[in-house]
Amino acid sequence: MADEPKDAAAGPPAGEPAKPAEPAKPVAPAAPAATPAAAVPKPAAPPKAPMPAPVDAMGEPLVAALAAAVPGAVLGARKMVGQTTVTLAPDKLVEACRHLKDEDTFTFLVDLTAVDWKERDPRFDVVYWLHSFARGNERVRLKVGVPDGAPCPTVSGVWETANWMEREVFDLFGIPFDGHPDLRRILTWDGFQGHPLRKDFPVEGIDTGAAIYPDRYPDGGGPAPDDKNRKTVS
Amino acid sequence: MSEPVGTAGAVPESAETMLGLREMELNFGPQHPSTHGVLRIVLKVDGERIVSARPDVGYLHRGTEKLFETETYPMIIPHTDRLDYVAAATNNHAYVLAVEKLLGLEIPRRAQYIRVVLDEMQRISSHLLWLATAAIDLGAITPFFYTFREREVILDLFEDYCGARLTLNCMRVGGLQEELTPGWIEKLRAFTEDLGSKIDEYEDLLTENRIWKERTIGVGILNTERCIAWGVTGPPLRAAGFKWDVRRAIPYECYPELDFEIPVGKNADTYDRYLVRIAELRQSRRILLQCCDWLTANPTGEIRGKVPRVIKPPVGDAYASVESPKGELGFYLVSSGGNKPYRLRVRPPSFINLQALPEMARGHMVSDLVAIIGTIDIVLGEVDR
Repeated sequence: MADEPKDAAAGPPAGEPAKPAEPAKPVAPAAPAATPAAAVPKPAAPPKAPMPAPVDAMGEPLVAALAAAVPGAVLGARKMVGQTTVTLAPDKLVEACRHLKDEDTFTFLVDLTAVDWKERDPRFDVVYWLHSFARGNERVRLKVGVPDGAPCPTVSGVWETANWMEREVFDLFGIPFDGHPDLRRILTWDGFQGHPLRKDFPVEGIDTGAAIYPDRYPDGGGPAPDDKNRKTVS
Repeated sequence: MSEPVGTAGAVPESAETMLGLREMELNFGPQHPSTHGVLRIVLKVDGERIVSARPDVGYLHRGTEKLFETETYPMIIPHTDRLDYVAAATNNHAYVLAVEKLLGLEIPRRAQYIRVVLDEMQRISSHLLWLATAAIDLGAITPFFYTFREREVILDLFEDYCGARLTLNCMRVGGLQEELTPGWIEKLRAFTEDLGSKIDEYEDLLTENRIWKERTIGVGILNTERCIAWGVTGPPLRAAGFKWDVRRAIPYECYPELDFEIPVGKNADTYDRYLVRIAELRQSRRILLQCCDWLTANPTGEIRGKVPRVIKPPVGDAYASVESPKGELGFYLVSSGGNKPYRLRVRPPSFINLQALPEMARGHMVSDLVAIIGTIDIVLGEVDR
C-alpha cells in the first residue's frame, strides 16, 4: 500500500486549501485558540463515497446543560460518527468534569490522552472520554487545548484512574498536570530526556548515552547517523 | 513462595528505623516468574504483610503508538498483534473497527460472523492461558496441562485459518483477507462441542479444591464502586457483580443477534474472578456454536466490503472498542486526511486494570500478591506498549 510518499504525520493535510475552513467551523467564534484540530471541517470537493463529516453539536441536551451549569466552560462541540466532542476552556476543566461526574453521572473515565498539533497554538489537545452507566452507556469526549510548556489541570481528583493516564501523557508528551499527586515518568525511565510522542521527537530514537553495543552504535542509544538501517521520518 | 529478590535500597536511617520500625522495602520483579513478564512491584512490607505495593511498568515499552504514526493503515495491523500478544484477534478487531468507523464502512455479514468466531476463540485461548498460569502461580501445576491441551487445538485452528498461531494479523479494514478453509467450521464445531466437558474437568480440579479456595477467597477484593473509580473493566468488574460488557453495552458486529449471558460474581475477590472467567468460557462456547450454525447455513458470501484501494479516512477522530479478554480495549484514531494516522491511541485494559493493584494488595500477605497479580490478568506487552 505504499502509494505515495506524502507524510501524514506533518500536521494538517497538504491537499487542503490554506484557510477556507473558517465559515464551516463548528466551534463558537469567540474561541479562536482552543479549537480542536484547526482544520477539522472538510471543505468542498466532495469525495465519491459519502464520508463521515463532523456536525455542530452545541444543541445537544448534554452540551447545552453543561454550558448552562458551568458558564464559560464550553467553547464548542461537534459530533462525528455518532461521537460528541466538547471543547472546554482549560481553567474551567475541573469544574466541568466535576459537574459531569456528580450531576450527569459520568462516573467512569474511559481514557485520557493527548494529541500534538505541532504548528497549532495551543499546541496540544488533551482528550478525555467519559462514560455514564446510568444514562444508558452514553459517552462524551472532552478536549482542552494546552500550549507547549503550560500546565493542564489534573482531573485525578475527580477520577482516580486519571492518575496513570496523566502520568503517561506527561511522560510521552511533556504536558505537566497541575495538582497531580505523583507526576513521574511511567513508561520511559527516570532520567530519560525528551517526550517520544511529540511530533518533533525522531522515530529512530535519540542518543540516551546507553552504549550497549559501542562498536555498532557508537553514539549510544540509536543507530549512528550514517547507519543505513537508520530510518528518518519527519 | 515469593521470596524477596533484593532490596530497593536500605531502609533510610531515621529515628523510626533506629527505634525498630519493622517496615522493609522489597523489589518484587522485574524478573520474578509470577509477574507474567517484566513487571516490577516495589513493596513495603511489615513482616509478611504488605503495607504498600507500587507497580513500576515500562520495561517493555516499544513506542508502538509512535510507530503507528509512521505507517499506512494496513501496515499497522501486525503491530496491534503485539500489544496483547495472547489475544491478537481482539486487538486487530478493535483497530479495524476504529478505522472502519471513521471511514463509515459497512462490513459484510459473513465477515462479521467470522470475526466474532475469531474473537471468541481468542477469548477462550486467553482465558485458558490465564487459568493455567494463575493456577501455577498458586502451586497447582496440573490445570496447565489440561488447559494447554485445548489451547493447542485453538492455535491449530488459527494456523489452519491464517497461517499464524499467535500474531494472527487476521483482520483487514472492511472485513477479512482469508475465507475459511474447507472443513474448518466442522473442526471448530467438533472442538467446541467437546469443550463443555473439558471446562468441567478444569472445574473438577479447582472449583471445590480446598487449597485453591483458601488461596483465593477474600483475596484482592475490589468492589464495583472502586472498580469504576479505577476504570477497571472486564472480568474484574463483572466479578464485583456489575453486569457490564462492551459486547452488550456498546454492541458491535453481530453480537446483538447472538444469545449469550454476561456472567457476574458477587464477592469481587480472586475466587469470583476465577468463576466469572470459567463462566465466560462457557458463554464463548455458546456464541461459537451459534456462529458455527450461521456460517454453515450461509457457506458463501462477501468477506470484504467496498474498501478504497488507498485507505484515507476523512479529517476527524473516532474511537472504537471491543471487549477483549482483559477488558475494554479501544483505539482512538485521529486522522488528518493522509494515508497514515495522525495519532492512534490504544486504551489498554491491562494498563488501566493494573493501576488498581496497590489497593487490592494492601494488607495482604506477600504470597497473596502472586494471586492478585494473576487475577488481574495483565499482559505486559499491552501495559507497556
